[in-house]
Amino acid sequence: MAAFPDLPKHSGSGERDAPTQLEIKLRRKARFNAALRYTLLTVVGLIMVYPLVWLIGASFKTNAEMFSSPGFWPKNPTIQGYIDGWQTSTPYTFGRFFLNSLWIIIPKTIGTAVSCTLVAYGFARFEFPGKKILFASVIATLLLPNVVTRIPQYLLFRDLGWLNTFLPLWVPSALAGDAFFVFMVIQFLRAIPRDMEEAARVDGANTLQTLVFIVVPMLMPALISVCLFQFMWTMNDFLGPLIYLSSVDKYPVSLALKLSIDTTEAFAWNQILAMSVLALAPSLAVFFLAQKYFIEGISTGGVKG
Amino acid sequence: MAELQLRGVEKTYGNGFKAVHGIDLDVAEGEFMVLVGPSGCAKSTTLRMIAGLETITGGEVRIGEQVVNDLVPGRRGIAMVFQNYALYPHMKVRRNLSFGLKLKRKPKAEIETATDEVSGILEIEQLLDRLPKQLSGGQAQRVALGRALIKHPEVFLFDEPLSNLDAKLRASMRVRITDLHKRLRNEGRPATVVYVTHDQVEAMTMGDRICVMKDGHIMQVADPTTLYERPANDFVAGFIGMPEMNLVGCVLSHDGGTPVLTAGRQRIAVPEGLAGRLSAAEGAVRLGIRPQHLQVVAADEANAFTGTVSNIEFLGHEVNLHVEVEGAQFVVVVPSAELDKKIGRGDQVGLRPLGANIHIFDAESGINLSLPAD
Ligand SMILES: Nc1ncnc2c1ncn2[C@@H]1O[C@H](COP(=O)(O)OP(=O)(O)O)[C@@H](O)[C@H]1O
Ligand SMILES: [Mg+2]
Repeated sequence: MAAFPDLPKHSGSGERDAPTQLEIKLRRKARFNAALRYTLLTVVGLIMVYPLVWLIGASFKTNAEMFSSPGFWPKNPTIQGYIDGWQTSTPYTFGRFFLNSLWIIIPKTIGTAVSCTLVAYGFARFEFPGKKILFASVIATLLLPNVVTRIPQYLLFRDLGWLNTFLPLWVPSALAGDAFFVFMVIQFLRAIPRDMEEAARVDGANTLQTLVFIVVPMLMPALISVCLFQFMWTMNDFLGPLIYLSSVDKYPVSLALKLSIDTTEAFAWNQILAMSVLALAPSLAVFFLAQKYFIEGISTGGVKG
Repeated sequence: MAELQLRGVEKTYGNGFKAVHGIDLDVAEGEFMVLVGPSGCAKSTTLRMIAGLETITGGEVRIGEQVVNDLVPGRRGIAMVFQNYALYPHMKVRRNLSFGLKLKRKPKAEIETATDEVSGILEIEQLLDRLPKQLSGGQAQRVALGRALIKHPEVFLFDEPLSNLDAKLRASMRVRITDLHKRLRNEGRPATVVYVTHDQVEAMTMGDRICVMKDGHIMQVADPTTLYERPANDFVAGFIGMPEMNLVGCVLSHDGGTPVLTAGRQRIAVPEGLAGRLSAAEGAVRLGIRPQHLQVVAADEANAFTGTVSNIEFLGHEVNLHVEVEGAQFVVVVPSAELDKKIGRGDQVGLRPLGANIHIFDAESGINLSLPAD
């Protein structure tokens, strides 16, 4: 640098020292815009998150304080709500309901992942008679409102003798009944070039080996999303268990929460809120654990120039 | 290793489009056969039918003694290298190489020896623990090559393996692949290769023989020299050679025993050596002369075309002279040293064919009429 003392003068540094009037104005405007944007987003964000914050705060309040003070911060924080809520008014603790929820969710999620992969692989990669009509019916189920099928489904499962078992909750999903997930995996698969699968076939892999060793690993981000959604939606599903489960010992968390409202004469709101907080926890935990893969997308493509 | 035979092979796609129209091709054991042709001429389709990735809708493919039409790719004894490498993205290079052997349940020790051998040959030892996304294009292509090599296949299939590489890397990979082919031959396990490309330089430099294709038909199968010197038809003549052969419509007539070509107002006599082969032909033909086989002479000389210089491209050791003759564009390659420096755009020059280096093609069928009958 020292050898060329005249060089730096031509670079932008000279101008940077003395910004023009216009530049100052533009910069001020940009800063103002940014401030406005962030304030707005923060305010909206707070409004959206406030009920959740209130819920958590209120779960540590006493039942008496619940409606007497509007703030979310408990005056005399107590975990009595958690202790009493956990015991429930039934012969079972809340732990039982959590286990029930898991017992519904885990087979359902696995079944969904497996069946969606198989069906999507078939649709995305193979030609077979009737493919167009079958695919159209998958899409049609996607557009069909859930309510429409409730009653026929109920009658069907009643005739099969499946009422008050978990089967009506598991089986439709394990048979790729969730058209949305099938569609999602198909779209994902369509974006993956077939070369890798063809290379595997040349390497001697049969269809199943190609699926397991090549396609499934490449589908992982999509499958993780599928599992994540299925987990959260099932955890929060109220109607399904309400319709098909009648004995309390099979109730999942979503029904158990309602149970505490039904059976108590004076609602123990603090208990209900405490259990609601617990009911949120698994979904949140799973979401944050899977977030990395969920967002990652497919950055591992084999194509590179 | 084995020979490969295609007998009347056809391909009609599901949408009714007929891509391959009954082709016959023999690739000898250990031969390096290049399929070349413009994009869309069904090179890949043909290769994929050999591989078993595309159903064969007519005819027969044999590898060795066996008809392989109904065999799955894994049973055909082939290995394939894809244009986009098609490495398994979630597997390390080592597993990419050994995947095929693992599926065949080869013993672990054998797989390891084979991996070491192949990675040694291709100089990819230091890449074995990388994922495909951590490889450069050239490295990825070497791994893809290794994945084919490790299986000791009967037939190697390549589908434009170099077209994703930059020019310099392409040249060195070209040499690497031909060297490898020679090496296998010298080691006593000659590899039968079918190599698809749209690049005539690759075809000419790599192929023992070249199969030129157009619209699902084979135009000519021959070694590079024959293809260049004795193209069977005007398509092959135009496709092979740089710059392209000049092709111009003419009328062939016989003027007292000597065949004469007339283009517009200009006439040239067919050179001595060729005259005898053309005694039966007459009427509309296409004259083909390579840019290297034209000599610049003074305008209006006898037995030369006269035209106007429309462009001059200086390439260093030679110059491409574009000359417009009777509405047709001629390109002439002249060594820089020999070019008259006074020639400029708009000047009139004469172009005379050198010796008997001209080709006369039937105007309709495109068949080369000037080939010696042998
Ligand atoms: N799956 C397919 N369905 C219908 N037509 C196809 C299909 N694949 C290729 N073709 C057509 O077949 C012809 C040959 O294609 P291809 O073998 O890929 O040509 P090349 O490899 O020589 O460029 C093209 O016209 C192409 O459009
Ligand atoms: Mg192609």
